[in-house]
Amino acid sequence: MSAPTVREKLAILSDAAKYDASCASSGSAKKDSLQSGGIGSTEGMGICHSYAPDGRCISLLKILLTNFCIYDCSYCMNRSSSNVRRARFSIDEVVKLTMDFYRRNYIEGLFLSSGVIRSPDETMAEMVEVARRLRLDEKFSGYIHLKTIPESSAELVEQAGLYADRLSINVELPTDEGVKKLAPEKKPQTIRLSMANLRRKMEEKAEPTLRTKKRERFAPGGQSTQMIVGADKTSDDGILHSSARLYGSYHLRRVYYSAFSPIPDSSSSLPLQKPPLMREHRLYQADWLMRFYGFSQPEILAGSSDGMLDLAIDPKLAWALRNRARFPVDINRADREALLRVPGLGTKVVAKILETRRHRRMRLEDVGRICHSIAKLRPFIIAEGWSPGGLTDKTGLRDTIVKSCEQLSLF
Amino acid sequence: MQPAQLDLARYTVRLASQTDFAGWRDAARRLTLNEVRPEDISWGVGSDANDPRDALPAVPEGAQLTVPREFIAHAETAFCHSDPGRFAFLYWMLCRLRTEPKLLAIASDPDTRRLEAMEKAVRRDSHKMHAFVRFRKIGYGEDERYVAWFEPEHFIVERNADFFVRRFTGMRWTVLTPYASADWNGERLAIGPGAAKGDAPDQDDTEALWLTYFQNIFNPARLKVKAMQKEMPKKYWRNLPEASLIPDLIAGADEAARDMIARLPTMPAPHHAKLQAKHWPKREPAEAPDDDANTISELREAAKGCRRCPLWRDATQTVFGEGPDDAKVVFVGEQPGDQEDLAGKPFVGPAGKVFDAILDDAGVDRQKVYVTNAVKHFKFEPRGKRRIHSKPNAGEVQACRWWIGRELELIKPDLAVALGATAALSLLGKAIAVTKMRGQVIEREDGLRVFITIHPSFILRIHEPADKEAERERFLSDMREVKRLMGS
Repeated sequence: MSAPTVREKLAILSDAAKYDASCASSGSAKKDSLQSGGIGSTEGMGICHSYAPDGRCISLLKILLTNFCIYDCSYCMNRSSSNVRRARFSIDEVVKLTMDFYRRNYIEGLFLSSGVIRSPDETMAEMVEVARRLRLDEKFSGYIHLKTIPESSAELVEQAGLYADRLSINVELPTDEGVKKLAPEKKPQTIRLSMANLRRKMEEKAEPTLRTKKRERFAPGGQSTQMIVGADKTSDDGILHSSARLYGSYHLRRVYYSAFSPIPDSSSSLPLQKPPLMREHRLYQADWLMRFYGFSQPEILAGSSDGMLDLAIDPKLAWALRNRARFPVDINRADREALLRVPGLGTKVVAKILETRRHRRMRLEDVGRICHSIAKLRPFIIAEGWSPGGLTDKTGLRDTIVKSCEQLSLF
Repeated sequence: MQPAQLDLARYTVRLASQTDFAGWRDAARRLTLNEVRPEDISWGVGSDANDPRDALPAVPEGAQLTVPREFIAHAETAFCHSDPGRFAFLYWMLCRLRTEPKLLAIASDPDTRRLEAMEKAVRRDSHKMHAFVRFRKIGYGEDERYVAWFEPEHFIVERNADFFVRRFTGMRWTVLTPYASADWNGERLAIGPGAAKGDAPDQDDTEALWLTYFQNIFNPARLKVKAMQKEMPKKYWRNLPEASLIPDLIAGADEAARDMIARLPTMPAPHHAKLQAKHWPKREPAEAPDDDANTISELREAAKGCRRCPLWRDATQTVFGEGPDDAKVVFVGEQPGDQEDLAGKPFVGPAGKVFDAILDDAGVDRQKVYVTNAVKHFKFEPRGKRRIHSKPNAGEVQACRWWIGRELELIKPDLAVALGATAALSLLGKAIAVTKMRGQVIEREDGLRVFITIHPSFILRIHEPADKEAERERFLSDMREVKRLMGS
């Protein structure tokens, strides 16, 4: 067989990377090329340059350096026992591809991951070298996300942090038992320690240095992780428990949930079914409740019978239906925390309500004008001239709301 | 506005261009200060020789226009909207704001909402321009340039040009659109007239690679066409090279996904066995036996895999004791905290610092003492990005006593210091009132003397400076007593 062309390698190594959910290019420090005269900028907000028919954004060139791998994780298409075609990019090829794509405005930057070849350190060193060349040789100021290899040395991770905007380490599965079963060579202990070290390093570098009083640049976009949902039996409550622990312990910016997707040449130990996309969606919504709506993890599913999120309705609505004693909430008087718990009111709408009501009392139709749909809201609020009466405690309330939401979505 | 009304307009304003905000601002200022009503103005763009152009009234002497400063920023954004009625609408808003200065804060007002919707449309279109401009390279070496054709929905080229300058400083580029163009020669930005699609190059040698990427990063098992179209509306497709692939990818997705699911697991790849033999020669035993340790370092190693209680699940690691294995005194705290859990060492957090400083003041050499905790895993409640310490229960203390017991057996200290109630419970096997027993020495059945005092974190929790200092003094005198007991 002749050596594969760059295009053939790109096909293999982007196909191999498509199971990684993360593609965000947001949350980094602002930087641009005006000073350096080079190429690239990050402005805090991420930009999605394209969308694939799977509805996921394409923000970064997401590829593997190589899909050769010494690990045999059964959920992974690149595990050593898989018969998938293998390829390996050279450092130069990745640098050139990134710059060529970036100059044409196809991408925000690079998301580089890799199978582990020979040793974790050797692989990690090559990834760091890609980032170093982009930053120093090419004067590239775009976004770089490196998927660090947990077993690699602390020095390499420290170097990675100098060049990358974000570093991540996948926890892979929500529980240690799951990792043990499906990724026998991976050690949950090592993954945690790597995350702990990253948090410590980020905090240390965030302190202004004595000499220059400037903060050193170290992975300004923080760290993130991914766990696969639906490959083992962990309940949503268990998954959210893991996330809450990860956010609290290692200050992750994001936990990505990736619905387990069947992979070609899949291992027999895994469910062969379509990925549970709705479950993944509900988990993201629940994750938002923890991060932006002041919910603690245990209360999101407290009182549910099976610890699973309701697939038909969003988790905040499901919570409200289980906690009706806390409703209705008075739109004109309630504090921010209480308003944030009302189904259908997002953080932006709540901010608008708080501002508007300083100047006039709000009626139901006023609220209706600034939120998406009043159908969900009506039973849970009191407004000028509106009281839900017995509606809040009605037995068939869930079905009524589900129906009215369905009707709306027809248009 | 109906044509009949147009004819009746007393004032006609002609702006220099679609984005002539300064012109609008000047006209609006003059007109509103002369109390001209919105319905008496006809707004338009471009000069027309046949158009009777009424001179706009001058600003009356001494008149001042006061509008909320934020309105200017809002108006500037909304001004880029393609709606021809925007000049009149913004004037209408300006008039309303003169009598209702709080109008912009009332989100439910229909005019405020219209302004917001216009701004949102402009911002969204700008964001899409940042995303969907596709440069094509022409020329080589000295002549290398990047040219893009883009069709924005609103008048946003001027507004967005700086973004492209910041991003592509080291490149020479031109963005062509139907109404304006932006050109950067590496040093200067020039805004020029509109162009036609044919003025832009229609191919680029890297595009094939981009299409290859687009095709392969798509997972057919996750088809979500609606989600894609919501973010990448079809109106942008005609200028996105990759969009030509979409129909076929969608059409083939079901089969591709079925194929992924149906393909049976095959035999392991030929090199798999070799790799396994080389890199994973022997599987580690499931649980390391933890009772054959003969030294503290062996014991520490064994404790790494401790599963005696469920606390290991949420903690990062076992935080074992630290210090010389022949120490005369062993200090026992409660449990590791946030910092200890990350570092894997006891007493490195805020309480540890207080403890160190006081030991130093008391003349106790920290290098010569052994410090450990009653419970070796951090127990906490996650709250946002913080971990709130939660007290280990009796069961957890009991489970972890096994380790403390082994530590004491191997070190054989003269004295153990119980820092706080949990430590006392662990060392004595029963709950005692620390505040009452503080400063006392209790001898265990095995002869070990246990000195009772508080945990140094107690000092940290006192807010009143005088009380804090007093408590620190008390703890210092406890440590001096410990030093005395060590010496005897």
